[in-house]
Amino acid sequence: MTMPFYVAPEQFMKDKADFARKNIARGRPLVATVYAGGVLICSENPSRSLHKVSEIYDRIAFAGVGKYNEFDSLRVSGVQHADLKGYQFSREDVDARSLANLYARYMGNVFTHEMKPLEVEILIAEVGPRPGEDQLFHILYDGTVVDEDRFTALGGEADAISSRMSRAYRHDWSLGEALAASVRALGGQDREIQSRELEVAVLDRTNGRRAFRRILEPEVATLLGRTEPAGPPGAAAPASAGPVAASPDPAAAPGAPDDESQAGPED
Amino acid sequence: MTLPSFPPGNGPGPNFSEVLRRAGFSPFEDLGAGEPWRPAGAAPQPAGGPGGFGPYGTRAGPGLPVDVPHGTTICAVRYLDGVVMAGDRRATSGSAIAHRTMEKVHPADTHSGVAIAGAAGTAMEMVKLFQLQLEHYEKVEGQALSLEGKANQLSQMVRSNLAMAMQGFVVVPLFAGYDLRRGRGRIYTYDPTGGRYEETDYHADGSGGRDARTTIKLGFKEDMSREQGIELCVRALWQAADEDSATGGPDAIRGIYPTVATITADGFEQVPEVEVAQAFERVIRTMSSAEVSRPLVGGPPAPGREPRAGGAEHPGEGGKPRAPARDASPGAGEAQGAPGTAKRGKRP
Repeated sequence: MTMPFYVAPEQFMKDKADFARKNIARGRPLVATVYAGGVLICSENPSRSLHKVSEIYDRIAFAGVGKYNEFDSLRVSGVQHADLKGYQFSREDVDARSLANLYARYMGNVFTHEMKPLEVEILIAEVGPRPGEDQLFHILYDGTVVDEDRFTALGGEADAISSRMSRAYRHDWSLGEALAASVRALGGQDREIQSRELEVAVLDRTNGRRAFRRILEPEVATLLGRTEPAGPPGAAAPASAGPVAASPDPAAAPGAPDDESQAGPED
Repeated sequence: MTLPSFPPGNGPGPNFSEVLRRAGFSPFEDLGAGEPWRPAGAAPQPAGGPGGFGPYGTRAGPGLPVDVPHGTTICAVRYLDGVVMAGDRRATSGSAIAHRTMEKVHPADTHSGVAIAGAAGTAMEMVKLFQLQLEHYEKVEGQALSLEGKANQLSQMVRSNLAMAMQGFVVVPLFAGYDLRRGRGRIYTYDPTGGRYEETDYHADGSGGRDARTTIKLGFKEDMSREQGIELCVRALWQAADEDSATGGPDAIRGIYPTVATITADGFEQVPEVEVAQAFERVIRTMSSAEVSRPLVGGPPAPGREPRAGGAEHPGEGGKPRAPARDASPGAGEAQGAPGTAKRGKRP
């Protein structure tokens, strides 16, 4: 007769948390902030088809960092929940707070009861009818919910990005100012992130019923006040290719802008 | 409520109807007939309703267990920039008017619209579900369905309503949109069994659909302007309302005019009521005197003729009433009239 090894609950939880944190930190971070017109979500993401930021409902957006397939299935669950709730009751009854609570409950449950915790951090953002009523819910891998009303950073280096953002943050700043500050916070002192490496989306208060809007590369460059020539793709690649992306596909170096799409699951 | 979570490989995909079904809602399948859910593609069993069903889009058939509001005439016409859709505002319940301000033309998503004729309650539910389905797909998949994919989705919804249709609650939608990949407007029609047919130029459905279709057929031309397209739809609805008691005409006293919308590369756009009212004025001005004359010989002139009497716009039409009404072909009338006015869909 064999007995399983005894592992203290503290140790067990700590191992799981370390595992989740370590894997989340391997991906690229993401930052979200409120601005005068709504909520801005900005992330470094070389893939144009595998999104980190998506629409959930009329005034609600979703963003995730960590393991792509995990946060994408969370995103789809959120869309299903929101559409069901809007169908059953009214569109006005779908709100970020209740959705964030559901996510927290689900992720907390997985963290406690499953062998492997989710290797993701997610953000649920809601744009309010007036400035000052926007909400950001940052949900960690273990179901912890953090409620923010100015800005929040997800993923690796979140603390460093947050402190850079807190120095730059100004109340009611414009979209261009907020985006420039977010990109600087993501890149840090020594690195300027190219426009084509950014995934940017907003929840725009003035966008009608569906507030969500993606901001594509040309507009990003305009907002950042950059006039970037199309340039050789290789120029940006060395700066962007982190250890995660570089290792699986050394052969794909010429197709630099696309190379991370193959490494999507880790991004 | 809990977060919907499906095992891998057994999820509903981007199909919102399936999400609803898994969550315990079955908007069409179980209503009325009490039939169990059938797997997609399985032949539905016709439920032996308590009576026959009348021509679709008309008032309640003789065997209908309850009087329910019915919507009536809808039409869609292709024009230069896309498609114009229109529908009257009346809903009837038996011989009574159930609603004077019903909207029958709805946006399905940014670049398509759906108009409905038939049992109003079921139809509104179908429109709501269709809108949700398209938006749900777009959000889950990250891109919108093709226009044909949307038309197909609606076809499946109409088919799933067959059991209800057999009992008299028929819904016949008309779907139109701008195909961004092909760069033109397209129109799809349906029958109560879910059959889907693409029309090349125009279609009208509902109890007054036949009159509206004839009117459009006589007035249709390739590459009409927006104004001409709107006017042709308005004229068709006028003719339908003239012949069919379940179709409402323009109501100048209450200020109720048909719903008209255009769908172009820029998307679905509702035509302002003022513009619809102006289109009606032009239609009335160019109407044949056979249509607006009074039966009594020597009676006062009909109100509709007043603007024409001294109207310099249409000098050719001021004379003898009946003769020009018959011989003027739509094409000839267009050539004479002021731009964008004379689209004649007269029926002698």
